[in-house]
Amino acid sequence: MTATSLPAAEPVLEVDDLRVELRTPRGPAHVVNGLSYTVGPGETVAVVGESGSGKSVSVLALLGLLPARVATVTGRAVLQGEDLLTMSSDRLRQVRGPGAGMVFQDPMTSLNPVLSIGKQLIEGIRAHSDVSKEVARRRAADLLGEVGLPDPERALDRYPHELSGGMRQRVVIAIALSNSPALLIADEATTALDVTVQAQIIDLVERLQADHGTGVIWITHDLGVVAGIADRVLVMYGGRCVEDGTVDDVLEHPAHPYTRGLLGSLPDLAQPLVDGRVPDLTTVPGLPPPPTDLPAGCVFWPRCPVRSDPRCETEQPPLAVLSPGSGGLEHRAATWCESGADR
Amino acid sequence: MTAVPTPGGTPAAPTPGSPIVTRPVRPRWRETLGLLARDPTAAIAAVVLLAIIVVAIFDTAFASQGPNEQDIANRLQSPSWSHPFGTDDLGRDILARVILGASVSLKVGFLSVGLALVVGTLVGLLAGFYGRWVDDVLMRIMDMLFAFPAVLLAIAILAIRGPGTSNTVIAIAVVYVPIFARVTRASVLGVREEVYVRASRSVGASDLRLLTRHVLPNAAPPIIVQTSISLAFAVLAEAALSFLGLGTQPPNPSWGLMLAEGNEFINRAWWLAFFPGIAIVVTVLCFNLLGDGLRDVLDPRQRTLMAGGGR
Amino acid sequence: MVLVGVSLIVFSLIHLVRGDPVRLALGTRYSQETYDALRHRNGLDLPLVQQYVTWVGRALTGDLGVSFRSGGTVTSLIGERLPATLTLAFAAVFLALLIAVPLGTVSALRPRSFIDRFATVISQIGISVPDFWLAIVLILVFAGTLGWLPTGGYVPLTEDPLGWLERLVLPAVATGVVSGSVLTRFVRSSVLEAMGSDHVRTAQAKGLPERQVFTWHVLRNALLPLVTVTGVQLAYLLSGVVVVEIVFSWPGLGQLALQAVRSRDYPVLQGAILLFALVFLVINLLVDLLYSRIDPRIRR
Repeated sequence: MTATSLPAAEPVLEVDDLRVELRTPRGPAHVVNGLSYTVGPGETVAVVGESGSGKSVSVLALLGLLPARVATVTGRAVLQGEDLLTMSSDRLRQVRGPGAGMVFQDPMTSLNPVLSIGKQLIEGIRAHSDVSKEVARRRAADLLGEVGLPDPERALDRYPHELSGGMRQRVVIAIALSNSPALLIADEATTALDVTVQAQIIDLVERLQADHGTGVIWITHDLGVVAGIADRVLVMYGGRCVEDGTVDDVLEHPAHPYTRGLLGSLPDLAQPLVDGRVPDLTTVPGLPPPPTDLPAGCVFWPRCPVRSDPRCETEQPPLAVLSPGSGGLEHRAATWCESGADR
Repeated sequence: MTAVPTPGGTPAAPTPGSPIVTRPVRPRWRETLGLLARDPTAAIAAVVLLAIIVVAIFDTAFASQGPNEQDIANRLQSPSWSHPFGTDDLGRDILARVILGASVSLKVGFLSVGLALVVGTLVGLLAGFYGRWVDDVLMRIMDMLFAFPAVLLAIAILAIRGPGTSNTVIAIAVVYVPIFARVTRASVLGVREEVYVRASRSVGASDLRLLTRHVLPNAAPPIIVQTSISLAFAVLAEAALSFLGLGTQPPNPSWGLMLAEGNEFINRAWWLAFFPGIAIVVTVLCFNLLGDGLRDVLDPRQRTLMAGGGR
Repeated sequence: MVLVGVSLIVFSLIHLVRGDPVRLALGTRYSQETYDALRHRNGLDLPLVQQYVTWVGRALTGDLGVSFRSGGTVTSLIGERLPATLTLAFAAVFLALLIAVPLGTVSALRPRSFIDRFATVISQIGISVPDFWLAIVLILVFAGTLGWLPTGGYVPLTEDPLGWLERLVLPAVATGVVSGSVLTRFVRSSVLEAMGSDHVRTAQAKGLPERQVFTWHVLRNALLPLVTVTGVQLAYLLSGVVVVEIVFSWPGLGQLALQAVRSRDYPVLQGAILLFALVFLVINLLVDLLYSRIDPRIRR
């Protein structure tokens, strides 16, 4: 099952059968095992999963940010008509920035502590367009204003440690957007921030996305964020996609036992909900399988509370279409379970 | 003027966010030895050191000629089968003297580091455990001692007390006390607030019991590593002081003294100064390698002062 | 605070000597007048507390007493020797950095490569070699066998620049090798750490050229703490200088201190040790100041 129904416009990014293998002291780790998805212009795809599900590695692999000595990446990842995985390292460097910008999890460490904010913005701008320092500086100030930093002109001369976490993350976003990328990848971009700041950052990204028509990959383990920001959801487990579809389909009619566990819709799996909050992922008991030692059958089988089909123990269920879905997007899940618990 | 900054080797504050250890982790000897055995460099270093120590203990059994036996007819002989390391200006066998020198150097090394270990650890324990003014007073004194270049401090002490082996031991020990005090104090600070220590205190355990049962065993790994590294530098320091004529006195051969004697004949008989030097390098290298290996196994957080800090 | 302690320790030096230091120094044949004059000039005829106050007071104005031997002031004796020692110390640190920075960086960039293993072995041996033995071997090889360089001595830079350099090379190598080894290991681990930090990934994600990522985001960050470590090394290196000076007949403070020990010239020894401690403290202070200037996290 590989055919994906395309959104109306040409996709910004088309990932097909992405696989990442890391060399570790304990043997090869199969971190990403055949991941396929597309991101359309102006669309936000949320990639959800626990830590260790391979979601961060899958996006780092796209931009060639994994150490080449330990990582083997195969598959196809076409960004604006060019395959990221086969292009030269020099071309890839040119794509980082104007093609795809990236925002990382921890704003406390993702900026260089000994360089000024301005320097870090300007070097990114000047790496891709041949402009004078003055022009780049003006553009940098504009960017800081756009992401909502007060007094952007003066902020250019400040150092990361002088800013709060939320402000730093705005700077990182400004850097990611400084070359007007077609795709923005946010890797747990709000996880390290407190809730009010989280909301501000999400608003900011949504606004910028609407203004520029950027496609967004939003990696998170917070389902509350997903519901707020995503058009589509891709649930990752054990390095593969176990369920995807529109945000409404997946969150309201979860089919895979794992997704249902995440959402707390299986009473025997989830811990009781306190004050009606969307539960955190930690509510699924057990740990994800180590990528060096994946189960022979379904990746979720060791933790699965359902195990309705005997094949699950020895065979990986393929992604199957459950419904044509709303808005022209199929709802798919990799499970043989008699789903429709609440359909 | 506050404490001297030593990055990389700063007596680290208790690492925040380190997992809370709920019971004392004692150095597990068998496991440590097992891990060390898997680190070939450290294992070889340990074996060589053991060999040197055995040779030093049974010194006379390994030499054909007594170390102070003179044979003027055969003076300044280059290395040969009967004298593998050659002979010196008095016809004494260099190999025999290097072997005897091993026992002198190692004796001074072990005694001085042992002394520094006992005193320094005690100071560090008291300072770290009681904090406040005890800490202030003790550590300021340590800072003062730390402000002198190591060899110079030792020279000054020998200038007061006069040259000789036992005074060398004291001089080197004084130099190393502050280092052990700092390392111990840092470790103690790290474990003092751990849950099990507070738990023991809350059930009314005495200070002495807390210190010996809980704090010391957990502070031990960096101290053990520091001991190995300090032994390396103690051997070097003994050699330097003897070389200057302030340490071991003739006719007893210490490696440093042999170097000083050899230095006078350097252009006629290179082997006089060469072999004792090699002996120092091998011994010191082994202590250093063993220290590095122990650090990897025992002290992954690198709480020990960096090697260069000892000089 | 430390300074007061240091002065106390140095001051007590002369009083910890068993017996009368002046009598010990003068030997058996001296006149009572010489004895009294020396005692008086060095303030040894006063009560202890008053002695200390006088001594510190004089030391603050640059008067460290009079040599028991030559009768010259300790300050002038030290003043003659200080430039030679500082020259040697700085040359050694310069040499150490010259080796450590490139070697450590290349090792970090190619972990487990031949050059990394080579650097690891060499620096491990470098830390273990007694500097004065290395000095002897260097003299044997370069001055003796090869005859390229003089065996020792010192000429001021202003008199004979080439001779100055020729005589400086071997002592600087012998003194600097330990620091060079320590610094090589430090640079290696520091660069490795910097390469693994998050902000380097951010810089790569910006699409900066590799070279720019390396110089601005790896090397710059890795070398900042080197300032402090180098300062500490410079201070420790003073210890090595003492012994190496003897081997090369380098007319520095170390030699002066040792002569003072041998001839029981305690005021000179006191002065030399006080100065070493002072240089040590000043270097550390300067390093702190310098570091707070260059690291924006501390800069005010």
